[in-house]
Parts: sequence; C-alpha cells; structure tokens
Amino acid sequence: MSADAAVNMDRIEKRIVLRAPRARVWRALSNAAEFGSWFGVDFSGASFAPGATVRGRITYPGCEHLTMEIVIDRMEPERLFSYRWHPNAVDPKVDYSKEPTTLVVFELQDAAEGTLLTVVESGFDRIPIDRRAEAFRSNDQGWAEQVRNIDRYVARA
Amino acid sequence: MSLAPSRRADRADVGASALLFAALGDPKRLQVVVRLCRDGPLSIARLTEGSEVTRQAIAKHLHVLARAGVVRGYRRGRERLWELEARRLEMAREYLGFVSKRWDDTLERLKSAVER
Repeated sequence: MSADAAVNMDRIEKRIVLRAPRARVWRALSNAAEFGSWFGVDFSGASFAPGATVRGRITYPGCEHLTMEIVIDRMEPERLFSYRWHPNAVDPKVDYSKEPTTLVVFELQDAAEGTLLTVVESGFDRIPIDRRAEAFRSNDQGWAEQVRNIDRYVARA
Repeated sequence: MSLAPSRRADRADVGASALLFAALGDPKRLQVVVRLCRDGPLSIARLTEGSEVTRQAIAKHLHVLARAGVVRGYRRGRERLWELEARRLEMAREYLGFVSKRWDDTLERLKSAVER
C-alpha cells in the first residue's frame, strides 16, 4: 500500500493517457449514451446537463438488476465533467437517497500522445461503514475472494 | 520527528495509553476483544450468547473499550453493532482498494472506446 493511501482514506485519484483528442474524450464523457456504453449502464435516451438526475439500468454482467443514478454537477466542455452518486447502491431494496454521496470529477488536459484524463472520486469518509462492507459482498469482490481462496488452496497442496 | 516532544503531548500519550491498558487489563474485556477480532462486528446480544456474563456487563465493557478507542459501535438498521477499530481501518483501506480496482477496469473500457 502506498503512503498516500495510508494517509488519505477519503479519495481515489486515477490518471490515464488516452490516445485520442480531447474532443473525442469529451464526447465519451458528456454524451449520456456514450458514457453508458463504456461505463456499463444503459443511459440511452437520457442527456447530461448540470443539475440533472440521470438514471439507467446497469449493463455490467451480474449487476443487471441494479439501477444507477447520478446527479450531474459541472460540465465545462473539453475540460471538466463531474457528478455525484452513491458509490455502492448495491441493494435494490434500500433507499440510498438520504445517504451521503461521493463526487466524481473527470478532468481533461492535453498530453503529447493525446489526452491526459484525471479522475478523482472523493467523500468516502462520509460513507457509512456498513455500506462499505456491502461493497465486498457484491459480485466481483466475491470472485476476487474466491480466487484468493483457490490460490491459498493450491499453495497448500 | 521532534526530539523533545512537548510536555502536553507527552501527557496526552500517557493518558491514552493508560486508558488502553486499563481497558485491556480485564480478562472479560479481553475476551470481548478476542471475540470481535475473530467474528467481526457483533451485537451485544451475540456477544452475550454462550457467555456467563450478563448483557449489562458486556455493554459496560464495550463502553470502556470504546472510550479507549479499541472498539466502535455503529447502527445497522435497528441493530447496534460493535467492531474493533483496527478492523475498521483495515476495512476502509480494503474498500478503497476495491474502488480503485473498479476505476482501473472502468477507465480501461473508456480507453478502448475512445482509441478505437
């Protein structure tokens, strides 16, 4: 674990260089249907605008019974796109609307090979601990655990 | 790191340690810690099961442990659960690892979408 992660439990920051112009990346972020196609949610027919609430069915395998909802925060063309959401709304029976959200910010900058995209998700400190625990029970974490179990099993054999 | 820590900080550390040692110095309380360490977050009812100690006594032990920062209580629905602070930190760290991995996968999908 990095020292930074030890100190800061509130945010995740990711940087990635995309070999595509900013205009192309911006479209993939700001067009609801396009966003949905790589994010794994069906946002067809919806459109993003600051303040708008956008809902769609998750298309990610194993999570199709879930609805994802985001509230668009800021949109500054080819520079910044942000939204708020409940990062682990994994139980369709639970009303998450009163719970704290995290803020996801995408920032675009020019890079030699194309576009440098920075993603920061912050506000995890306010997410109730049992919600965080639930994230582990969701599918992929379950699989990761299974893989670790098999690993341990094989290592012992 | 300071070579001459202030008196006040020193005293605060000693105070916190004294509280911690006092909290762990009781065998019954230590049992509660061992249970939470082994079985994860538990309610007072669950902690009382199979123990000859009363519910009230367990509650009292938990409050002493909470004051020392060893355990922490939180609500889940109608229940109040107790867990070790260390486990809590561990979980917060694991959780961020999980979120981080999810973003890696998501951004890989974005990369293939825009570089196509």
